[in-house]
Amino acid sequence: MITMKINGVEVKAEEGWTVLETAKFYGLEIPTLCHHEGLTPYGACRLCLVEIGEGPRAKLVSSCTYPAEEGLVVHTDTKRVVQARRMMIELMLSVAPYSKVIQDLASRFGVTRMRFKIRNEECILCGLCVRMCEEQMDGKAIGFQNRGYQRKISTPFDIRSEECRLCGGCIYICPACQLRCQGPQAETAICNACLTMEPTCLDFYDELQCWMYDAGRCGTCVREKKA
Amino acid sequence: MKKIKKFKNLEELKKAIDQQEASRKREKKKIIVVSSGTCGQARGSLKVIDALKKAIREEGLKDQVAIRITGCHGFCEAEPNIIIYPDRIFYQKLTPPDVRTIVKETLVEGRVVEKFLHRDPLTRERAWYENEIPFYQKQKRIVLGDNVFVDPTSLLEYLAIGGFRPFIKAVTKMKPDEIIQTVKQSGLRGRGGAGFPTGVKWEATRRAAGNPKYIICNGDEGDPGAYMDRSVLEGNPYRVLEGMMIGALAIGAREGYLYVRDEYPLAVRHVTMAIDHLYQAGLLGDNILGTDFSFDLHIAKGAGAFVCGEETALIASIEGRVGEPRQRPPFPAQKGLWRKPTCINNVETWANVPLIILNGADWFSSIGTSGSKGTKIFSLVGKINNTGLVEVPMGITLREIIYDIGGGIPDGKAFKAVQTGGPSGGCLPASMLDQIIDYESLTAAGSIMGSGGMIVMDEKTCMVDVAKYFLNFLRDESCGKCISCREGTQRMWEIVSAITEGQGKPGDLELLEELALATKEASMCGLGQTAANPVLSTLRYFRDEYEAHIYEKRCPAGVCKSLIRYAVIPEKCTGCEACKRACPTGAIQGTRKDVHLILYDKCIKCGACLEACRFEAIEAQRDEAITIVKEVKP
Repeated sequence: MITMKINGVEVKAEEGWTVLETAKFYGLEIPTLCHHEGLTPYGACRLCLVEIGEGPRAKLVSSCTYPAEEGLVVHTDTKRVVQARRMMIELMLSVAPYSKVIQDLASRFGVTRMRFKIRNEECILCGLCVRMCEEQMDGKAIGFQNRGYQRKISTPFDIRSEECRLCGGCIYICPACQLRCQGPQAETAICNACLTMEPTCLDFYDELQCWMYDAGRCGTCVREKKA
Repeated sequence: MKKIKKFKNLEELKKAIDQQEASRKREKKKIIVVSSGTCGQARGSLKVIDALKKAIREEGLKDQVAIRITGCHGFCEAEPNIIIYPDRIFYQKLTPPDVRTIVKETLVEGRVVEKFLHRDPLTRERAWYENEIPFYQKQKRIVLGDNVFVDPTSLLEYLAIGGFRPFIKAVTKMKPDEIIQTVKQSGLRGRGGAGFPTGVKWEATRRAAGNPKYIICNGDEGDPGAYMDRSVLEGNPYRVLEGMMIGALAIGAREGYLYVRDEYPLAVRHVTMAIDHLYQAGLLGDNILGTDFSFDLHIAKGAGAFVCGEETALIASIEGRVGEPRQRPPFPAQKGLWRKPTCINNVETWANVPLIILNGADWFSSIGTSGSKGTKIFSLVGKINNTGLVEVPMGITLREIIYDIGGGIPDGKAFKAVQTGGPSGGCLPASMLDQIIDYESLTAAGSIMGSGGMIVMDEKTCMVDVAKYFLNFLRDESCGKCISCREGTQRMWEIVSAITEGQGKPGDLELLEELALATKEASMCGLGQTAANPVLSTLRYFRDEYEAHIYEKRCPAGVCKSLIRYAVIPEKCTGCEACKRACPTGAIQGTRKDVHLILYDKCIKCGACLEACRFEAIEAQRDEAITIVKEVKP
C-alpha cells in the first residue's frame, strides 16, 4: 500500500494506481476528458491537472498519468490548478465550440469568455478515438498525422483504411464531434446556458475539495480561512 | 584504408598508446592542420585540401610536410583555415590560389604571408599565431581543444593524444562505484540543458532494478543556430565513444545507442567509422581486451524532430514508435528503453567523462562556479564578429563572451539582446551583460543554459519579431500531444503575429502572459514547459517594444514589414542609383545625382534598397498609413 496525501487527507493507494484513480477511489472528483477507464492513460487534455509537491518545487502534472507515490502531496483544486484548467478549456473551445462536453466544462468551471479566434476543427486531438480503435476494437485504422499545429487524426495516406470495420467506436467515444451543443452560436463561442451560479466565494481553499469542481464558486464552503 | 590492428589485451593497447605518443613527439615533419568540419566544407575546405596536396607535391615537399584533416576547431568565421605546426601559424579564409602562395612563401621560404593572417575586428591588429588570436585567448578548450590534434577518422591519432588511457584506468583501477563517485564529485551536470547531476543519474540507473541496462548518447541537437554536438561528434568521435564505454562500465550496461540526427551526414559518417574501428580494434564487443566488460554500440538515426531531443520521446523514437514524450515518472533511469533502466546523456556530457576520469574530480571541479563545474561549449552566432563555437569555463560573463571572444557587434552597431538556450531559452538585454553564466543564474534571469545556443542581436533586431520566429519554430516542432503546448504555442504565435502586422489590440499582452503561463504550467514535457520562455523573457525585458507595436503601430527597430515604409533621407542621398538598381519592383525613381524617391504603391518592403545604400540614406519609417486604435494606453 502506498500512503499519500490528497487535499490534506491521508489516503492509501494500491501499487500501480495513478493519482487520478486514487482520488476517484476516495470520491474526490477530478475532471477528465481524454481519460477513459478502458483505455491507456494518455495525458493530452490537461484537464486532470493536479498540483504535486510543496513550496517552490510544487508543479502541475496530469493526474491520469502520474503514478501514486509514497509520501506524495497532492492538491486537486488550488488556484494554480483552476487557472491552468480554465485556460485549457478556453483553448479547447476555440477549436471545438460546438462540443456539448466542452461547453458543459466551460459552464462548470466558469469560463465565460473565449479570447481566441475560432478555428472550428471539431476536434481537440484528445486521442480517445485512436486508442479506442487500437485497444478496444483491435483495429488500428486511425492514427495521428503530422505534429504541432498541423497534427490531425486520419487514416493512413488519407484513404479509407482496410482495417476499418465501420464499428463506430471512434464516433461513440468522441467528446467533440458527436454530441452537439444546441446552445451556442458561432459568433459567441460560449453559451454558458448551463451556468446557473454566480461566484460568491471569498477565497480559495487549497486544502478543500470543491464539489462544484471549482474551488468554491458555489459559496457553500465559505468559512473562516485557517490561520 | 589501412586495416586496424586488433589489440589482444590491455597491455597491447597501452603499448600502442605509448608508441603513438612517442612517435608524435619525435615527429620532425611540419604538419598542416586543415579544419574541415561541416562548416569548413561549406566554405570550401575540400578544395583547399586538394590545392594544398597539389602544391606540396609540386614543390616536392612531400617528405617534409604532412596534412592533417580535422573537424571544426570552433572558429567558423575564419573558415577555411589552416594551422601550420609546430609554429602554429594561423591562416584564415583561404581559397585554393591562396594555398599555393602560402606553400611557396611559408613552407619553402619560411616567411609569413601577412594578408592571410587573422585580423582582430576591433583593434585591426594581425595575429601571427593561433594562440595570439583573441577569439581563443579567453576560452578554456578542454573538450574542443583536441579537435586540432585529431584526425577524426583515425583511431591511431586519437591514441596519440592519450586516448583510451582513461578507459584503461577505469577498467583496471576503478570499481564501478568509484567511477560514479568520481563523476559525482566532479560536479558534472548534464550539458543538454536541464543540468541534472550526471553522477546522480548514473547511480540511479545502476541501482535501478532490471536487466539489461542501456545507455544512450543524445545527439539530437535541434536548436536553430546551435551545432556544438555536431562539431564534437565530427571532430572527436572517439572521445564521446570512450565516455560512453566508461559510463557503461560504471552503470553496468551491456548495450548503448548513439542517437544522432540524419541531417548531420559528416557526424554520422565519422561516428559510424569510429564504431567500426573500435570493433576492429577489439575495443567494442564481448569481453573487451580480455576483461569481463562487454559492450555493444549502435547508431540510431533521428529524422530531425526537435521534440526527439526530449529523453522519453528519444526513447520512443529508438523503439520505433512516434517521437512523443510521456509522463515521468517512471524516469528513464527506472524504466527507459524497452522498459529497462536507461541512462541518457548529451554528447558533450559524455565527452567530458574521459577527462574527468583521467585528471580526477578535483581537477574538473576546480573549473567553474560553486554550482556549475567545468566548461560549456556555446555556439556564438547572430550579429557577432567572430561567429563560432566557444568553450568557456562556467562563471564567465556574457560580456566576456560577446566582446572579448566574439569581437563585438559588426558594423559598429549597438548590442541589444542575446538569446541563450535555443527556442526554449530567453532573450537577455544589455543590462544583463555582466550576468555570469551558470545553470542557476541564467534560469533566474528568465533564460536557460539549454544545450548552448547563443544568438546575438543588434539594435536592428525587433524583439517582437524574434518572439514570433521562435514561436513559429515551436508550434511546428511541438509534438502536438498536450493541448497546452499545441494550441498554446499556436495561439501565442497568432497573437504575436497579429501584433507584428499592426493588428495588436489592448489586452493582447495580458492574454499573452496568461496563456504563456498556462502553457508553461500545464504542459507535460520540457518542450512545452519552456515554450513560453521566448515570449515571457521578451515581455519582461522589452515590453516597451510590444507596446509600441500595439498602441503606436510602430516597429522601433524597423523590421516588421506591415508597420514600416522605406523612405529616402534627402540630405544623405547622393543620387548614386545603387538602390534603384537593387529594387526588384522598380519602385525607386530618380536620375543620377538627384535625390531618389520611393513609390509606396510599388514598394514591397523587401529592404533591398536599405542593404544597397552605402550612405545610410534609406530609412525605415513608421508607416503613417496605419491608423492608431482609439483606446489609449492603460
